[in-house]
Amino acid sequence: MQDVIIIGAGAVGSFIARSLSAYKLRTLVIEKETDVGDVTSMANSAIAHSGYDPVPGTNKAKFNVLGNKMMPEVCKDLDVEFEMNGTLTLALYEEQLPTLKELAERAKLNGVEAHILSAKEVLEREPNIIKDVKGALFCPTGGIVNPFTLTSHAMENALDNGVELHLMEKVLDVKDLGDHFVVKTDKAEYEAKVVVNAAGLASDKFAKMMDDISWHITPRKGQYYVLNHFDKDLPGKKFVNSVVFPLPSEKGKGILVSRTTSGNYIVGPSSEPVDDISDVSCDSMTLANVKAQATAMVPGIPFGEQIRVYAGNRSTPSNHDFIIEPSKNHPHFINVAGIESPGLVSSPAIGEYVANELVAPILKPEKNPNFKKTIKPYIRPLTLSLEERNALIKKNPDYGEMVCNCERVSLGEIEDALNRSLPCMTIKALKKRTRAGFGKCQGGFCQPNVIRLLSKHYGVTPMEILYDKADSEIVLSEATKGAK
Amino acid sequence: MENKDLVIIGGGSAGMAAAIGAYNEGIRDILILEKGEFLGGILNQCIHNGFGLTEFKEELTGPEFASRFIEQVKEKGIEFKLHSFVTDISKDKVITYTSKEEGVVMVQAKAIVMAAGCYERNAGAIGIPGDRPAGVLTAGQAQLFLNEYGYMTGKKVFILGSGDIGLIMARRLTLEGAKVLGVAEICAWSNGLNRNMVQCLEDYGIPLYLSHTVSKVIGKGRLEKIVLSKVDDKMQPIPGTEKEFEVDTLILSIGLLPNNDLLNHIGIPTSRSRGSLVNDKLETCVPGIFSCGNVLHVHDLVDNVVEEAREAGKNAAIYLKGEEKKAASEIEVIAGDGIGYVVPGKISLDENLQSMTFKFRVRKPSKNVYIQYEQNGNVIKKVLKTAIIPSEMEIQKLPREKLVDEKSPITIKMVAKEM
Repeated sequence: MQDVIIIGAGAVGSFIARSLSAYKLRTLVIEKETDVGDVTSMANSAIAHSGYDPVPGTNKAKFNVLGNKMMPEVCKDLDVEFEMNGTLTLALYEEQLPTLKELAERAKLNGVEAHILSAKEVLEREPNIIKDVKGALFCPTGGIVNPFTLTSHAMENALDNGVELHLMEKVLDVKDLGDHFVVKTDKAEYEAKVVVNAAGLASDKFAKMMDDISWHITPRKGQYYVLNHFDKDLPGKKFVNSVVFPLPSEKGKGILVSRTTSGNYIVGPSSEPVDDISDVSCDSMTLANVKAQATAMVPGIPFGEQIRVYAGNRSTPSNHDFIIEPSKNHPHFINVAGIESPGLVSSPAIGEYVANELVAPILKPEKNPNFKKTIKPYIRPLTLSLEERNALIKKNPDYGEMVCNCERVSLGEIEDALNRSLPCMTIKALKKRTRAGFGKCQGGFCQPNVIRLLSKHYGVTPMEILYDKADSEIVLSEATKGAK
Repeated sequence: MENKDLVIIGGGSAGMAAAIGAYNEGIRDILILEKGEFLGGILNQCIHNGFGLTEFKEELTGPEFASRFIEQVKEKGIEFKLHSFVTDISKDKVITYTSKEEGVVMVQAKAIVMAAGCYERNAGAIGIPGDRPAGVLTAGQAQLFLNEYGYMTGKKVFILGSGDIGLIMARRLTLEGAKVLGVAEICAWSNGLNRNMVQCLEDYGIPLYLSHTVSKVIGKGRLEKIVLSKVDDKMQPIPGTEKEFEVDTLILSIGLLPNNDLLNHIGIPTSRSRGSLVNDKLETCVPGIFSCGNVLHVHDLVDNVVEEAREAGKNAAIYLKGEEKKAASEIEVIAGDGIGYVVPGKISLDENLQSMTFKFRVRKPSKNVYIQYEQNGNVIKKVLKTAIIPSEMEIQKLPREKLVDEKSPITIKMVAKEM
């Protein structure tokens, strides 16, 4: 019997697992994908929102503000790239200026620092913003975070503290037998005292297994451009330091222009409802519209530096707020659903709340005496001094051998990622952990070597290595002739 | 910190030829830094023939061509280091590289030749519409998997782009038992060498769809199918022309881009070729930093690469020996109407200069046109071309005495011949 089963290992599921691992509990996380954080948590804007924007009093406001306050410490403990570079919400027309004031008021009610900047002040901060900007709301506590490692390091920490994770296993059914639940998957059946539904886009499906719920999830697609890293001070390469948004609308926070923690730049997202939760395709019309809207804020974005387009689906709840509460008829089944933006930054706070305020009162567990809130730091040679790098390579020469040329990822870093408690079985998982293959050549040079390293580590043939999803093998057979 | 007269970034054909060019001018303190396991660079995976017709007057495979240069490098005792990855170049010519054996090493060079080659434009760069499944890969990547690692990346293949590597891979994969269903080219003309169109497509009955592009990629895990559409004159897919192909692999051969991050990073301006802006000595705006080969502009033939690189090496030697002549003036070279890019972007008019060589590509295939050189509104030279195509780099000379003055920029443009 498990104490807790968590369905879904996105950012939310991973942080709940981490917070639960501070207790003496048997916790199992079941994830259908080949890696943690492989759906909504990997295809978003990678922003640690300040919390000025959600309606005061909502769950979104509460968890966003809490999560943002937790970010510096969480990211330090979990060795996650995070930078508080501030967000600017622009008023592009005179008639938008009153809305800036309303937003500043809302920020105040949410307890978030915010300042209204004049056009002149905006341009002093960000000379590449359109010259006839009328003003902006500046929130210094907003920032950018690496969404891949935020999720995977939270799960790694949970696993280090005793949580169990099953990847590539799909939950089919959950039944409440009174004193416990039976969770049936495509591989086995498990019993659990508490079930946490953190199934993201599929969370309404599981909630319906318990109650006749009043809410549902609509997948809402967002499409993005990724640009290469370049020096934004070079002529013809215009970009911004802070995260830049238009004024928020009914459809969300609008199209943003942002740096990422890896020094890349992203532009997006669009916002369109889709029928199929797995539809993350991109289309030219929508992307052209994203480009037009972004250029209205920052003219001269060098789209010639584009290296990728992507899309992700937000779990938009019909009631427009995060749903974080026990099921009405089955109080030991906890729904954590509708976690759209600002979900990423909220996830550490949601994890704490679900573990301490919802699960702990039911199971009344003891504290885990061996709990450690930090993970073993990841060594990133390029952030070290020359002397430190030399000492490192002397100790482990693999840190001197480059595998990914574009992102400069060494063999040592790849081996480190492969030898953690959290499995890293696919090309995509390794890319999310180390950035190998994320650069301008998109794996053109390093992918064969990455496949070789994965197959060697897991003792399988290269034909068995997946890019990401089921059936996503890259090489299909051995060549018959002509090769060595 | 170690000191070297000349450090060459990249040990492919350009790097080796540059080293030989400098050696032949008497420079001995040379170091080639190569990131890979072997000298030879991309030639090592190009196991087809057709290399060396100009250089060696015979037809060689890529590895054979490379080995002839490797032999020369070794004979001359030119120092090279493998598995050595350059992470930084500074404006004052300090090179930082990293390797297993040596750790992080900084070298102070007196001159640098950049010869880091190019990389492939890929699905991400053009944002192919639709899903992002496995099985969409670049031609060079498929070639690397097959020729160096011995693995097939697909059985039913479609190719987007008529670049040469795509055409070569169409043949190579067919020989390995794959079915290549077609090649789509968004332009109304082919972008590969004519010999490859014949030897790789026609000989194997592989259809070429001109003015077509892949308008959608479909597949969740592995590629399942692609949608091919005809494009209008703005290169936009025309609704109603869609045709589906069930394939497990889409190979992209949609262009090569100079791998020039190291020089871009220190603010050396780039030209329209996306390589660094250089003068007729192949020297960038930083004296003593030279660039050549595919990192400067993408070539069609390795024979042209080695010729250019030897020249860069020779010029680096002249710089090192302090024999670079002071230029009375420097004039700009502009790629005008109909011209994609031109190398060099500047001419240093020093006392030794007698004639200038320009390498450029036209934007689209044209017949009966003049390549016209203008200076200050005056036509100073006209070359009649009965046929000219973008996939073949044009090399032309302009004698110095044709210049009307030694200050005004030279504009090269393509103009229609009046009938």
